Amino acid sequence: MRRDLLIAFRSIVVITILFGLGYPLLVTGVGQVIFPGKADGSLIKRDGKVVGSALIGQQFYENVIGKNGKVQMSKGEPVTQPDPRYFQTRPSGTVPADNAAGSSFANYGPNSTVTLAALQSNIAGYLALNTAPDKRLYDPHVTSAAGVPVDAADTSASGIDPDISVANATIQAYRVAAVRHLSLVTVDRLVAQYTTARSLGLLGEPGVDVLELNLALDRTGKGSH
Amino acid sequence: MTVNGWLQILVFCAVLIAIAPLLGGYMAKVYTGRRVFLTRVVALPERLLYRAMGVDPKREQDWKSYAKSLIIFSLAGWLILYLVLRTQSIQPWNNYGGVAFHAAPWNVTFNTTSSFLTNTNWQYYGGETTLTYFSQMVGLTVQNFASAAVGIVVAIALIRGIANRTSSNIGNFYSDMVRTILYVLLPLAFISALVLMSQGVIDNLSHYVSVHGISGIAQTIAMGPVAGQEAIKELGTNGGGFFNVNSAHPFENPNGFTNFYEMLLVLAIPAGLVFTYGKMVGSRRQALAVFATMFVLFFAAVTVAYAAEAHGSPAQHAAGLHTQVVADSTGGNLEGKEQRFGIAGSALFDVVTTVTSCGAVNSSIESFTGLGGAVPFANLSASEVIFGGVGTGLYSILLYVLLAVFLGGLMVGRTPEYLGKKIEAREIKLVALGLLITPLTALFSTALATASAAGRASISTVAAGGPQGFSETFYAYLSQANNNGSAFAGYTGFIQPAAGNAGSHGVTFADLLGGFTALFARYAPILFALAVAGALAGKRVSPVGLGTMRTDNATFVVLLIGVIILVGALTFFPALLLGPVVQALTGHLYH
Repeated sequence: MRRDLLIAFRSIVVITILFGLGYPLLVTGVGQVIFPGKADGSLIKRDGKVVGSALIGQQFYENVIGKNGKVQMSKGEPVTQPDPRYFQTRPSGTVPADNAAGSSFANYGPNSTVTLAALQSNIAGYLALNTAPDKRLYDPHVTSAAGVPVDAADTSASGIDPDISVANATIQAYRVAAVRHLSLVTVDRLVAQYTTARSLGLLGEPGVDVLELNLALDRTGKGSH
Repeated sequence: MTVNGWLQILVFCAVLIAIAPLLGGYMAKVYTGRRVFLTRVVALPERLLYRAMGVDPKREQDWKSYAKSLIIFSLAGWLILYLVLRTQSIQPWNNYGGVAFHAAPWNVTFNTTSSFLTNTNWQYYGGETTLTYFSQMVGLTVQNFASAAVGIVVAIALIRGIANRTSSNIGNFYSDMVRTILYVLLPLAFISALVLMSQGVIDNLSHYVSVHGISGIAQTIAMGPVAGQEAIKELGTNGGGFFNVNSAHPFENPNGFTNFYEMLLVLAIPAGLVFTYGKMVGSRRQALAVFATMFVLFFAAVTVAYAAEAHGSPAQHAAGLHTQVVADSTGGNLEGKEQRFGIAGSALFDVVTTVTSCGAVNSSIESFTGLGGAVPFANLSASEVIFGGVGTGLYSILLYVLLAVFLGGLMVGRTPEYLGKKIEAREIKLVALGLLITPLTALFSTALATASAAGRASISTVAAGGPQGFSETFYAYLSQANNNGSAFAGYTGFIQPAAGNAGSHGVTFADLLGGFTALFARYAPILFALAVAGALAGKRVSPVGLGTMRTDNATFVVLLIGVIILVGALTFFPALLLGPVVQALTGHLYH
């Protein structure tokens, strides 16, 4: 028995050193040499500063300005709303939304009234965002929930989904073009440019990388900060 | 459902069927001590490893000695892992998450340790908010290798028991384990880590990156040595995520190709081992019969899950969403799913991960429709024999094979024989016990958890009204008993107000019950499987006669499928009716 214990502990220590330190550090080392950008998180810089990751969704929100011309505050935090000049990512279940240091599922059940309420709220928000201040619809086809693509209403899994569907982007393009005074053709062309096709033309679903698309929009010089 | 979706599923099946015999043949050579192309590279490290461990690889063990080595090795592994996880506050890389990480509380750590030892990898822990890089590497990655190897060697031991004609010995535990890691797990994991990194899976030792996004909003992006662990996590059917959302996280699974590749990694060894078995018992047809059984059940599960998820959920329909596929939108129940995987990629991943004991997820199972969610329930109810975990799947289905042979023998009125060996009272008792322990443990724990206030405290308050609360509980213990680790993730065992575990506390009842469920339902069946191996090893082989029942034809495949479904259904039907089936049938919304 003592001999068995000795062998067991010696084995687990040896294995720990080899496969708990040797293997992971070797992978890290090789990755850093061969795939430096990718292994470091596909980070994107603008003007020399990192603004996010191509693989991680982020919020494109602006502060709400009250009638007095000041930023509205709630509990010491500025109140924010989706910035209409930017394409918006999918609903997120993390706290706060798009939290890339604390990913979590929303865990909305399929037969739950809580899920229904969340969907209704997301749909209402989406329709409101795509309606101009003069009550005109940016995209005339999207008048009710039935016209909202599922990815715009359903919470993503990771809470940091970097992509939206092409259908979703096509609807938002009307708004972005109007707010930025760009032609719809220009915006649609950018959407197409930042659409990732299925891998090998077969695997997964096409998606539009929202951060890269928004960066490209800002580079047009129209309607950026 | 779309043509492209089905094409993805069919291509996946085709690739799986193509690689399984190749990997299986290779593993058969490894476990019969023949030379393979890696021998030249690995032989020396292998010898050095034995010397460092103090092991004599030539010493053959009978089943009791083999089991003793396995249990003591696991016990040592448990203690070391618990120690690593509980000493986070003094580890290197401790403050890379922006704050200094404390250890998770004892009860959560008990659960995490037990579940990694048993290849369950249940996630009460929260990945990037709970564990340091050191814990992930030195703690979890080690058991990702070790627990996978332990599962595989039990299957190999059982194969030897069936195949051996002269000796009652079944191999050497340490030699089998070391060879599993060096010849199978390590090379495949290393290459896969490179493949994954080339697609954007991260692997670094950087601090979490704090940025201001393009509209000025602050965001912290978690980093870490992910790719190495991701590869072995899938390959060893472990499934414990580096990040909380597991393979749904873009840094673990960035695109459609990695999703495909990771699913393939999960099934590679469980499917390959079936052919290893065929080689080692000298009957390819026998392997094909087992493979066909698994594949039929697998494909049925994929079909149901894909159809259910493509149909959409009652909540979506009540909200007025259109869930048909339209141009440029996936349609279907995309709640809790990622755009880049869509419906087919999520449904297939879900089935792959629940037929095996992997439990990695790329979507939220809690958010699957009633029927879509019933599929993982059904997969788990079949006791992980549809490919199953690495090793565990094969030894479990072989127990089912022996049961089917016994039943078939009774029906035709002959002494049941399998590959020439008589299946007698002792074997069939061991088989029955080995097969019933896991389901009974699952049901017993579920009953405890639903009948007590302490158990019900874990049920999600967010979205789990009505049957969903029961489903969460039932799934939690079914999953841990089957060493799967996927979850209806609203079920809580850990309350964590902030990253780094400051002020966090576990839910003792759920943590301990889950941990003990995993441990008991792992090691008890292993002991029975090894006992069966011991009982069969060295039995005389009787020649095949006219009256011998064939076990390698379509009739037997049908019998085997029938036995698996019958045992699973008889055990779990009442409980399944209370949860997922109610939701699937009614479409009713619950508070």
